[in-house]
Amino acid sequence: MRELVCIVCPRGCHLKIDDSLNVTGNACPRGEAYARAETTHPTRVVTSTVRLVGGQIPRLPVKTGAPVPKELIGSVMAELSRVTVTAPVKVGDVVISDVLGTGADVVATREIPETVKI
Amino acid sequence: MYELIVIGGGPAGLAAACEAWDAGLRRILIVERDKTLGGILNQCIHNGFGLTYFKEELTGPEYAHRFTQLLAKTGVEVRTDTMVLRITPDRRVHMTGPSCGYRIEEASSVILAMGCRERTRGAIGVPGARPAGVFTAGAAQRYVNVEGWMPGKRVVILGSGDIGLIMARRMTLEGAKVLACVEVMPYSGGLTRNIVQCLEDYKIPLYLSHTVTDVLGRDRVEKVIVSRVDENRRPIPGTEMEFACDTLLLSVGLIPENELTAAAGIRMDPRTKGAAVYENMETSLPGVFACGNVAHVHDLVDYVTRESQRAGAAAARFVLNGPAAGEEIPVENGPGVSYTVPQRVRPENVDKSLGIFFRVNRIFGRSRICVEAEGREVCGFDRERMAPGEMESVTVPKKLLAGVKGGLTVSVREVEK
Ligand SMILES: Cc1cc2nc3c(=O)[nH]c(=O)nc-3n(C[C@H](O)[C@H](O)[C@H](O)COP(=O)(O)OP(=O)(O)OC[C@H]3O[C@@H](n4cnc5c(N)ncnc54)[C@H](O)[C@@H]3O)c2cc1C
Ligand code: SF4
Repeated sequence: MRELVCIVCPRGCHLKIDDSLNVTGNACPRGEAYARAETTHPTRVVTSTVRLVGGQIPRLPVKTGAPVPKELIGSVMAELSRVTVTAPVKVGDVVISDVLGTGADVVATREIPETVKI
Repeated sequence: MYELIVIGGGPAGLAAACEAWDAGLRRILIVERDKTLGGILNQCIHNGFGLTYFKEELTGPEYAHRFTQLLAKTGVEVRTDTMVLRITPDRRVHMTGPSCGYRIEEASSVILAMGCRERTRGAIGVPGARPAGVFTAGAAQRYVNVEGWMPGKRVVILGSGDIGLIMARRMTLEGAKVLACVEVMPYSGGLTRNIVQCLEDYKIPLYLSHTVTDVLGRDRVEKVIVSRVDENRRPIPGTEMEFACDTLLLSVGLIPENELTAAAGIRMDPRTKGAAVYENMETSLPGVFACGNVAHVHDLVDYVTRESQRAGAAAARFVLNGPAAGEEIPVENGPGVSYTVPQRVRPENVDKSLGIFFRVNRIFGRSRICVEAEGREVCGFDRERMAPGEMESVTVPKKLLAGVKGGLTVSVREVEK
């Protein structure tokens, strides 16, 4: 038996999961899936920024399009530190495809128009 | 002359302007002092936004993007890089910016959506030296996420509000060592999910019932002293712990940014530190509405959006149909509740139902929320758990308000299992 707090939505249900992966305490099915994943192979969406040139700001916010294994978060950050993106950027533009073979793309989360040079 | 001027282009201002457009207003202006729309969301690059409104997990910039796209389909005028300096009771809005100079615009209605700012070291009286390296968590968030600077390498965070928790993870991911998160209260001020995914995931210790009692260092922070506090929040001598660090982040609360509101003579609520509002988010000045963090501090942007749509629709109704009528009754907080929004209600003017936002004043287990009038329960709601860090809301159907005199009281009591 393990107790955990569901982090899928702000409601934060207090979940219990037993050794045969039966889940209780969840107010919706997403909590059940979360508890199973968390006890077998925990994953997280990584949000961060990458270097940006040609825009009004020097950092472009990005996220992994799907959750990646928790133990890979540090390696994903290292990949991000090697990337430079040039404006213009649209929301959803792929910054790194299939990062570290996880199947998840790293995508832009903010629209950045090209700064007009004077 | 505008039909509506919206002050602030964060999620509150954006939702209010879009809703007013949909309700039929055509001369709408948004005034935003920053260079871009989106407000605080632009620096909140983490995900967790929009789960109730869009049923999707978005990051802050993505949530803002949804609304700037909606706005682009309307004819709403936007003036960025422009700061509102004053509003007058006859709804003249004084503003200044490079594109318009100093300018006074008249409006038939005004929506206040200025958001809030962070409490600072001065506001909570942290003792000790005054070296560099002490930042509010939100300022650090902007440095890291938008401007690309790291504020420090070894970090202690005072306060366990959401911004502090989010920054604990963010600084860790960017290579800093976060030594501790220190909270004076016996419970965290942030969402439980943030405790789990920002502190526990990275094994950052949370010290509840502790506070920073000294900051040492000449030019830069060198260490901070953390002590346990008693139930009256007074430090207990002999419990001091020393943390060698170069940075102290403060996440000790937000204050609605209401200088404009108070200067216009609008009635304020000392509990929310925002304007006292009616059921439709109208302030004591007819035709002037307030929504989002300027009205009361929200932890979820989804609620900001809903509340601001209410304000936008009401502004349109005010302009098109004239002032709201009807007798008014107060909404008061009973035991267990620290404030309510709205503070006053005109039952006649309620649409289908009355939404009441409130916060509890301590942690509650299984409990019942009672909305009462003259000692009689008008309606009740059951909850498994409530915490001061998580805003609550209940919806009272209009038909239950018929015949209610004297006022409504919202209270919470624990029920036995
Ligand atoms: C660090 C942090 C993390 C958060 N995390 C989450 C989360 O995970 N999930 C979630 O749902 N919610 C989260 N929230 C809450 C949510 O983002 C806020 O409640 C919401 O952004 C408030 O919207 P607003 O429009 O009222 O204020 P703001 O976004 O602050 O916008 C106010 C705007 O008004 C402008 N303004 C102010 N004064 C003037 C003036 N005089 N003239 C012109 N313009 C002016 C400001 O520049 C600003 O753009 C978080 C908030 C913060 C601060
Ligand atoms: S179980 Fe469902 S309702 Fe409860 S926190 Fe998880 S996602 Fe939210």
